[in-house]
Amino acid sequence: MRIPCPHCGTRDAREFAYLGDATVQRPDASTTRAPERFAAYVYLRDNPAGVHRELWYHSSGCHSWLVVTRDTLTHAISAVTAAAPTASLGSEAKP
Amino acid sequence: MRYSALALAWNAFTGNRHWAPAWRDASPRDAYDVVVIGGGGHGLATAYYLAKEHGIHNVAVLEKGWIGSGNAGRNTTIIRSNYLLPGNIPFYEWSMKLWENLERELNYNVMVSQRGVLNLYHSDVQRDVFARRGNAMRLHGVDAELIDRERLRAAVPCLDYDNARFPIEGALLQRRGGTARHDAVVWGYARGADGRGVDIVQNCEVTGIGIVNGRVTGVETSRGTISAKKIAVSVAGHSSLVAAMAGLRLPIESHVLQACVTEGVKPLLHHVITFGAGHFYVSQSDKGGLVFGGDIDGYNSYAGRGNLPTIEDVCEGGMAIMPGLGRLRILRSWGGVVDMSMDGSPIIDRTPVAGLYLNAGWCYGGFKATPAAGWCLAHLIARDEPHAVASAYRLDRFAAGRLIDERGAGAQANLH
Repeated sequence: MRIPCPHCGTRDAREFAYLGDATVQRPDASTTRAPERFAAYVYLRDNPAGVHRELWYHSSGCHSWLVVTRDTLTHAISAVTAAAPTASLGSEAKP
Repeated sequence: MRYSALALAWNAFTGNRHWAPAWRDASPRDAYDVVVIGGGGHGLATAYYLAKEHGIHNVAVLEKGWIGSGNAGRNTTIIRSNYLLPGNIPFYEWSMKLWENLERELNYNVMVSQRGVLNLYHSDVQRDVFARRGNAMRLHGVDAELIDRERLRAAVPCLDYDNARFPIEGALLQRRGGTARHDAVVWGYARGADGRGVDIVQNCEVTGIGIVNGRVTGVETSRGTISAKKIAVSVAGHSSLVAAMAGLRLPIESHVLQACVTEGVKPLLHHVITFGAGHFYVSQSDKGGLVFGGDIDGYNSYAGRGNLPTIEDVCEGGMAIMPGLGRLRILRSWGGVVDMSMDGSPIIDRTPVAGLYLNAGWCYGGFKATPAAGWCLAHLIARDEPHAVASAYRLDRFAAGRLIDERGAGAQANLH
């Protein structure tokens, strides 16, 4: 598996470290049901079979966090963006 | 037909023309008391114990492919109960006790071989950690022995004891651990369940779960609607997908776990051996191949195949303790899709949907758990309360903070 890093070009996956689902968002601690929302944020995942947006860290390259859109059934990567600008655009935490 | 030496001899002398199929390939009926989704070892064992221990015979096991075609056929066949934490030891020890009597129980040769499991340690600190684990096991009545370097060398001479980076100082030995024949376990439970009236329905994929007023009504399948009073989900690797049919999100990620087997050689390794300083464990199959594996690839995957860097990492671990391994060719490698739960421990519990039961999150260790998982899930379904040895495997333990972090890692391979 090779990941096209927007900064470094296409590199072997072993240059990267994986964090997981990029769509979960840290909830606001002041909202109602905050404990439940935090438990969901920390532990619950959609875990889809198909398109998955996930965080990878280019640890042996540019040290950037990336959002990789990858198909979990085929490992085919359809999009890679830098995580920083997209983080604030991510979907709300799921209940 | 009951299998015996006499039956074997009689069939041999009559050209093996009279063997009957070991179970019926049933067509689904309209309704069952219990539907078990997933015809792997766990699902079939559940159906078997439902019928045998709880008298519930109106049961169907629904399998989307053929039975045993998932992780039951992709594991490395190791059985052991060398766990540390109180929530785990009684469960895995109960599983080991069931393994020890499984052939008599099923009248089926599942080839349980208690050849011993050796966990190598490579430093004084690791010896102390393993001594603690061994003590915890012995306090729970499980056999454990700490073996020093010279005794280990006499038993397993083919290891690199003087490796400069990871010298082998000794091992924690569980003599009762070993291996079993994974396919035979599936077939044995299938035969036992079938003989007690359970319908085993293959090529029947569940596509939906019917729920009315918070209670299950049945399942939609590729072979029609089947109503059921109770439904058990036992679909390791795909638990999130089936749970989503009931509107549930699980604390699980699906990952690929790979294993390899070499060409067959003469008897070389008697024990199951695990490397204490890297991702590698190995045993020798009865056909002579060295069967080994390591860690998950480390990214979400349903592909059922992994990538070469993980194989390379595993082989490097193997070369570090067993340099002779480099002279063998790998015949094949394969991957299985495993449920990585967020604390690395399984879930056998009710769900927020009445009548829906979940058996999931087995991570690396589902095969050894097969008998006890079936036993405890059957108990949970029949009595609607958890079995004592599986009472820690609750679905709500994550939100409640009662994690069972045996490895302290869960789905994050980079924490291992």
